[in-house]
Amino acid sequence: MTRRLVLGPFNRVEGDLEVQLEVADGRVREARVNAPMFRGFELMLAGREPMDALTIVPRICGICSVSQSVAAARALADASGGVMPPNGVLATKLMLACENLADHLTHFYLFFMPDFTGRAYDGRVWQAQAQQRFAALTGSPGGGGLHSRAALVARARWFELIGTLGGKWPHTGAILPGGSARAINADERVRLLARVREMRAFLEHTLFGTPLEEVAALDSLAALQRWRSRDAGSDLALFLDIADDTGLTQLGTGPGRYLSYGAYPDAKGGHAFAAGVWDAAQHRVLPLDPMAITEDPRHAWYTEDASAKPLHPLNGNTQPQADKAGAYSWNKAPRLAGQVLETGAIARQLVDGQPLIRAAVLAHGGCVSTRVLARLLEVARIVALMEQWLLALQPHAPFHEAHTLPDEAQGIGLTEAARGALGHWLRIDQGRLSHYQIVAPTSWNFSPRDAAGTPGALEAALVGAPMDSSAEAVPGNASVAVQHIVRSFDPCMVCTVH
Amino acid sequence: MSLNVLWLQSGGCGGCSMSLLCADTADFPALLKSSGIELLWHPSLSLENQQGLQGVLQSVLSGRTRLDALCIEGAVLRGPNHSGRFHLLAGTDVPMMRWIEQLAAVATHVLAVGSCAAWGGISASGGNPTDACGLHYEDEQIGGLLGRDFCARGGLPVINIAGCPTHPGWVIDTLTLLAAGEFGAIDLDPLGRPRFYADQLVHHGCPRNEYYEYKASAAQPTDLGCLMENMGCKGTQAHADCNTRLWNGDGSCLRGGFACINCTAPGFQSPGHAFQLTPKLAGIPVGLPTDMPKAWFVALASLSKSATPKRVKVNSRSDHVMLPPATRSTRQRGS
Repeated sequence: MTRRLVLGPFNRVEGDLEVQLEVADGRVREARVNAPMFRGFELMLAGREPMDALTIVPRICGICSVSQSVAAARALADASGGVMPPNGVLATKLMLACENLADHLTHFYLFFMPDFTGRAYDGRVWQAQAQQRFAALTGSPGGGGLHSRAALVARARWFELIGTLGGKWPHTGAILPGGSARAINADERVRLLARVREMRAFLEHTLFGTPLEEVAALDSLAALQRWRSRDAGSDLALFLDIADDTGLTQLGTGPGRYLSYGAYPDAKGGHAFAAGVWDAAQHRVLPLDPMAITEDPRHAWYTEDASAKPLHPLNGNTQPQADKAGAYSWNKAPRLAGQVLETGAIARQLVDGQPLIRAAVLAHGGCVSTRVLARLLEVARIVALMEQWLLALQPHAPFHEAHTLPDEAQGIGLTEAARGALGHWLRIDQGRLSHYQIVAPTSWNFSPRDAAGTPGALEAALVGAPMDSSAEAVPGNASVAVQHIVRSFDPCMVCTVH
Repeated sequence: MSLNVLWLQSGGCGGCSMSLLCADTADFPALLKSSGIELLWHPSLSLENQQGLQGVLQSVLSGRTRLDALCIEGAVLRGPNHSGRFHLLAGTDVPMMRWIEQLAAVATHVLAVGSCAAWGGISASGGNPTDACGLHYEDEQIGGLLGRDFCARGGLPVINIAGCPTHPGWVIDTLTLLAAGEFGAIDLDPLGRPRFYADQLVHHGCPRNEYYEYKASAAQPTDLGCLMENMGCKGTQAHADCNTRLWNGDGSCLRGGFACINCTAPGFQSPGHAFQLTPKLAGIPVGLPTDMPKAWFVALASLSKSATPKRVKVNSRSDHVMLPPATRSTRQRGS
């Protein structure tokens, strides 16, 4: 018998999310993902002074705010042809990395791990440990959550980096096309470095139980097993135990194609984490052609172009049509050359060639546990990069270079947010923004079906997920597997529905 | 008896919740507990999934659970055509604005957390495509979703903890004062904002104050000078304590090198000029400091400009201190 379930609102995701499931024989047969809110930033931006985008777009998202700023600043820099001085590049990367790492930490400790402390796992050998470390901050009758609490304190201290570099988080205005608005003195630089080392200590003590370099250097599943048996007490080791016991490696496999725009650019045009598309079936990196990106509005509540063809974001538009037949989400369906892609830390690490993540995906596909592992591995890699960037800052050299925006121009700003590939496409006419389109990471991951009926990455990843036995008896009840799969993508719905 | 708080999000970015998690404390849940704050549900923090929230909503609406403080983050999305369809609460098929109306009717206090929930805020930018408004205001106009005569059961209008985002301290202090029974009508400013922060100006404690005194102004980003004359800064008019209660350690917008955009005020999202450029009339900034007669300002400004020490003038156009202050003994002679 087939049953229909509507799940939502999901908590411990950013923004409002609804998932409609068709269930048969105790498993998900079909899933539809609905972003149930529309905000309209693309419409709000049209007609504004181009530089106003830097005040408006960070407010698309309270958790990826710096990433939105960086995408807009890059698009405006692209339009002006301006170049950032090296300090500006470094300061911007530091703010972006600060947010990226904090988001990974928030995801692991506050959003993802609390699911293992709930009643669904009563009686598992690891549950007392999980409750003691990861219990949710409210609604956990037994208290606990000691590591989640410590992570929250570490996170608040960590954002003081942006307090100095950008005045506040979220919604700094310090990220500009010509660099950063805040020059850093020598004394500030050493204080920032001390803060990064504070985070390093937290991670090495609590999350990894081992130096970050050892985690970053893990290069195979065998190396991971050896590391686990040696350093058994850490939160990563506990997560791996839980993942094995709950079958997270068999859960929520993605589309097998992974997109990264490249993270943290260097002066030579390269990136700390490379750009490209990882094709898991061919086991190789394909070049990225941003001109092959389209957004398909067929199943979204937006008007369609007369040609009824999906459009490139430079030509696309976003006009709501709330009564559109066949639509079920406020999110359009992004595609690259017509294909569904997954994006996020797992994509960045695959494209960049991190051997452990490539081995894990080769062994069991891009599943729930590998998404989480990729994030944690990225955390270990980012801290060392940030230390290098801070050491490379040159106090008293410029952080910002003035530039002039032409009255007529177009600009493309591609960057990586914590959750993956983020793009802004804009046009300036008569000195005003005449066009602005945004494709956010969760737009990719939580895409609805396209015109051909092909489901998005999460929609496909949910197929086959088992329902809890209690879910059969209680209509509308959730499946803990569905919860894990949804949260493994670390969705940001407010970005999605910009 | 603790203060039962229900926190829901609608047309916003979630940044006020993210900001709240930056609260300056050694243990966040312990801070809430010791302040007498009990979170019935919060989208980022609760263990319970959707069944949990729907249970909480039913329990509160039926009166089984006391709702002391309803915190709404994000604007009310009334469109399209007053249907509220731009945000249906997931899993319910009911517009969020209907949930808010019902819950506001049973709550002792109603709090608009952030400028979106207070006035519409950034969500009402441009042509306001979602017909966004605040709980009790639509921009400067009282009314909003709940109507001009709205008064919560506890006797207060909507408490507008405005800001974009809000400062975590503003939220914690308001809830703590409510829990202690120490927050009344007299503690709200004319726009319903808590006076403990809205009676301050962003200008207070601004590290650029010496540059302001001499009208030694920044001309481009990273310049150390005052941001009022050229860079769009509204700190002398903006109601908030951002430079005495700092952000994320030692931050504030001004300290981060960019202008105050008066984000605690209704309508800040559409200032009528570019955010980072000061509009001027005959070379004089249009928005002058609060409570200051224009003629006096102009006279003092021209006087102080001509008295500007070279050190202040040079440093105002640099990204670090080029000319340090002279070193002199401050000891009184002969003592």
